[in-house]
Amino acid sequence: MAAEHAATGFRRLSEQVGRKFVSGVEDFGYGAALLGESLFWIVFGYWFRQRVRLQAVFAEMMSIGVQAIPVLAVLAFANGAMMAMQGIYTLREFGAESQIISGIATSVTREFGVLIAGIVVAGRSGSAIAARIGTMQMAQEIDALRVMGIAPVRYLVAPVLVAMLVMMPVMTLLADGMALLGGGMLSVMELHISMETYFDRVLASLVPGDLWQGLLKSLVFAVLIALVATSNGFNASGGAEGLGRATTRSVVLCIGAIVVADMIFTFFLIQ
Amino acid sequence: MAFPIEDRQGFAVIALSGEVDLNKSPDARKVILACLKKQKHVMVDLSAVEYIDSSGVASLVEGFQYARSNHLEFGLIGVSDAAMNVLRLARLDKVFRIYDSLDERLANGS
Amino acid sequence: MQTQAQTATQPVIEVEELVTCYGQQKILDRVSLNVEDGEIMVIMGGSGSGKSTLLRYMLGLHHPDSGCIRLFGRDTRTLGGREWTELRKKIGVSFQGGALFNSMTVGENVCMPLREHTRLDENTIRIMSRMKLEVVNMAGYENLMPAQLSGGMIKRAALARALVMDPKLLFFDEPSAGLDPVVAADLDKLILRIRDAMQVAIVVVTHELESAFKIADRITVLDRGNILMTGSVDEIRNSDNRRIRNLLTRTSEDVPVDAEQYLQRLTEGAD
Repeated sequence: MAAEHAATGFRRLSEQVGRKFVSGVEDFGYGAALLGESLFWIVFGYWFRQRVRLQAVFAEMMSIGVQAIPVLAVLAFANGAMMAMQGIYTLREFGAESQIISGIATSVTREFGVLIAGIVVAGRSGSAIAARIGTMQMAQEIDALRVMGIAPVRYLVAPVLVAMLVMMPVMTLLADGMALLGGGMLSVMELHISMETYFDRVLASLVPGDLWQGLLKSLVFAVLIALVATSNGFNASGGAEGLGRATTRSVVLCIGAIVVADMIFTFFLIQ
Repeated sequence: MAFPIEDRQGFAVIALSGEVDLNKSPDARKVILACLKKQKHVMVDLSAVEYIDSSGVASLVEGFQYARSNHLEFGLIGVSDAAMNVLRLARLDKVFRIYDSLDERLANGS
Repeated sequence: MQTQAQTATQPVIEVEELVTCYGQQKILDRVSLNVEDGEIMVIMGGSGSGKSTLLRYMLGLHHPDSGCIRLFGRDTRTLGGREWTELRKKIGVSFQGGALFNSMTVGENVCMPLREHTRLDENTIRIMSRMKLEVVNMAGYENLMPAQLSGGMIKRAALARALVMDPKLLFFDEPSAGLDPVVAADLDKLILRIRDAMQVAIVVVTHELESAFKIADRITVLDRGNILMTGSVDEIRNSDNRRIRNLLTRTSEDVPVDAEQYLQRLTEGAD
């Protein structure tokens, strides 16, 4: 009896795992299709009289990027300061606290600047975009676009993708700067050096490759956030509750996707 | 431009023809506004129009508005039943000055 | 009959033997239907009759499982993306909930097809959209957002948007659903006026008998995925088909019980 129960339990579990896996693969395929179609409209839209509107791209850039600047600046600054605090405290035990500056410089530019920018954008825009497209899906606005002869992907996804690709590197640079500044404030107070010396040492310990690493990642994050958010919007169903589910799922998946992508990237780039 | 203009009795008579649709109405608009900008009174002859859509009617509306604010006369002549239906739907038949022909306008005065 | 055949023009819509499935279940079973130029065809049926599904297929939102749909003589299965776009410029659709774009004003909604598909002067576009708002008695509301409109106003604004490209074919999904009788009657009159002035073929999907009898040239009655009958208003009124009579007298029909299958359904999956 007990063995039978365990067997059915196991069967159900493996069924569930299998289903999740299949739907995961489906989601991935859907995202890839969205990416392909968006790129198609961006490149060939003009010939099909379905141009991707610059106006829409600018509007997206405002909401994705410009409006996120205050939050991003505060978060990045605080993060840089925290890194300096922890670093100085830890390294003091070895009497090596002045090494913290090069540590901050490389980890911020390679890793934390872009990650903070990614998380801020994923949190703000990942939910907002999914909610907007999900609402449109449920109110038949997506159908309305299609029957008007306006490709929904061209109209709703391509501008988001372009705006993300432009804004994420900019946001990353901003986050880098603010985090370094935050680290600098702490270093100035704790290590009794001037801000000038701090930035001299930051620049001395950085190579262009550090910055490029961060910027390259920011482009990957941009694509991931755009696709995860829009596809969750398109697949939303089931009224207000479903919309809530889709937005939550969008944010969680966006952040999950960028963290995992970051790890994979770092693993290969650090070699 | 495809639409001939004739000067008759102080009016520029613009003869629209064929299908005045999304493709052709920008031309019609240009011709009408060009005549009005030369401070001419304008009569638009619709008798050879097979089909006029709302972009064509919109061009007429714009011309009429321009004429009024510049104290010029703007009228329609030879309006077919089909064109009249389109005008009537938006109640524009009560807005435009519509005559059977230029002669009717000249006989009645303004 | 003969004279009719001689003067007959190409039907605007031809649906031939359309079969559609949702999973295992057949939603529409070999449905055939013609809509002639300039006529008002009302597709009537209760909920679950498949009328909304038929509409979605005629709009080209799904691909038929078998059978074919021709719009303006063109087989929709063979159309390329660009040809579809061209075709859709000749088709206007007013959705059940209006499907106005919530992020835009009423005026911007109405202008949108023109902005996307034409290169008309901005003045012309503004005048055209206002003319259409005049037609539906919505003059002066162009700066309101859709959320500020009542149900009847949303339907009229959606109609203005559907009409703005001067379509040759107009679809209207449930014009009177959710409206009070007076507003619904106004909308019926408006539909008749538009047909007369614009010589447009109109397909109305509805479950409202009164409205159907008032506006229809011909009525198609759908029931459980099958066409019961297509005919003039009088033909439908005088039909002695039991299911049509039930629909007219609003008698709900007893679902026939197959004892064997019923028992099976109730006990399926139980150990």
